[in-house]
Amino acid sequence: MRCRVCGKQACVDVKRSNTAFCPDCYQRYFQRQVERAIKKYGMLGPDDRPVIAVSGGKDSLTLWQVLLDMGYQAAGLHLNLGIGDYSASSQEKAAAFAESRGVQLITVEVAREYGCGIPEVAKRTIRTPCSACGLIKRYLLNKVALERGFNVLVTGHNLDDEAAALLGNLLRWQSGYLLRQSPVLPSTHPKLLRRVKPLFRLTEREIAAYGLLRGVDWLVDECPLAADAATLRYKEVLNQLEAASPGTKHNFYLGFLEKGSALTASSPPVELRECAQCGQPTTAEVCAFCRLWQQVKRRKALPVT
Amino acid sequence: MKVYLRQKKSTIDVEGDCSVLELLRRLGYSQETVLVLRNGGLVTPDIRLSEEDEVEIIPVISGG
Repeated sequence: MRCRVCGKQACVDVKRSNTAFCPDCYQRYFQRQVERAIKKYGMLGPDDRPVIAVSGGKDSLTLWQVLLDMGYQAAGLHLNLGIGDYSASSQEKAAAFAESRGVQLITVEVAREYGCGIPEVAKRTIRTPCSACGLIKRYLLNKVALERGFNVLVTGHNLDDEAAALLGNLLRWQSGYLLRQSPVLPSTHPKLLRRVKPLFRLTEREIAAYGLLRGVDWLVDECPLAADAATLRYKEVLNQLEAASPGTKHNFYLGFLEKGSALTASSPPVELRECAQCGQPTTAEVCAFCRLWQQVKRRKALPVT
Repeated sequence: MKVYLRQKKSTIDVEGDCSVLELLRRLGYSQETVLVLRNGGLVTPDIRLSEEDEVEIIPVISGG
């Protein structure tokens, strides 16, 4: 295959566009896709103070790399979730990236701050590990970023993530989630940061290719608690469809953004207030995060039988 | 050729020359879910691999 732009030997094929690029042209193509996402949805402006949610995996580290390459000043925020060796390795990868690029990384250890990590939380509550993890991440990323003076939370969600989430939400007719599925979630409360997803136009394979070309060293291992995650099943199905019909994921998600915007425009805004215990924004009297840790503490107090 | 599977952290031997695409099919990988390095550089599916090449297959799908 030859590069579509310059005719040199290609190194990355983008099947959905029936094209391929050499290393230099691919990096320019990738950055254009990110810039297009940022501009179209007004994700980042000159006065913004963005922080990237960094797990140590390929999406968040490559996101950090591309934003730095494009001249955006962004710090990283890493949560150590207390999942044994997996969390230790994730933190090492995030720290090594920050050190080698000379950028700021803020790290919060959930077990140190709250008494136990995700596996223990899941054991002591009725939530699955992925559900507890998602709740804790959403809460802490917002809270810590706000306390540190940032105003935009940037996440590495990609086209595969968004298409898989859309499929899951449609299969279960989760209308509330469907209304909120967007590349930008605006700040609807003074204590709720704007959330943006600059990689939503790019597939995991395209993101990994950029990361490899830019020398990003990410953790390849999967979370040991996510082996049966529904997201992986949805991704597998979507990739089978993609193999048979390239462009399926793009058309599915970007079509939803285009056609589904009529749905979100007519929905009433969700009323937020401050949690009676922690003061963070919530729709309830006490937020889901505080209720989760109440459950954890109650179970801890039970005698062992 | 030696093929290193990054996720499994193991190396396997694959006999005979073949293209990247043929290699992935032989090993049961979908093209959309991996990237392939030949001697440290990214390659497209049409590239022919020879016995002397050092090949690495990198998974790109993450979940959870």
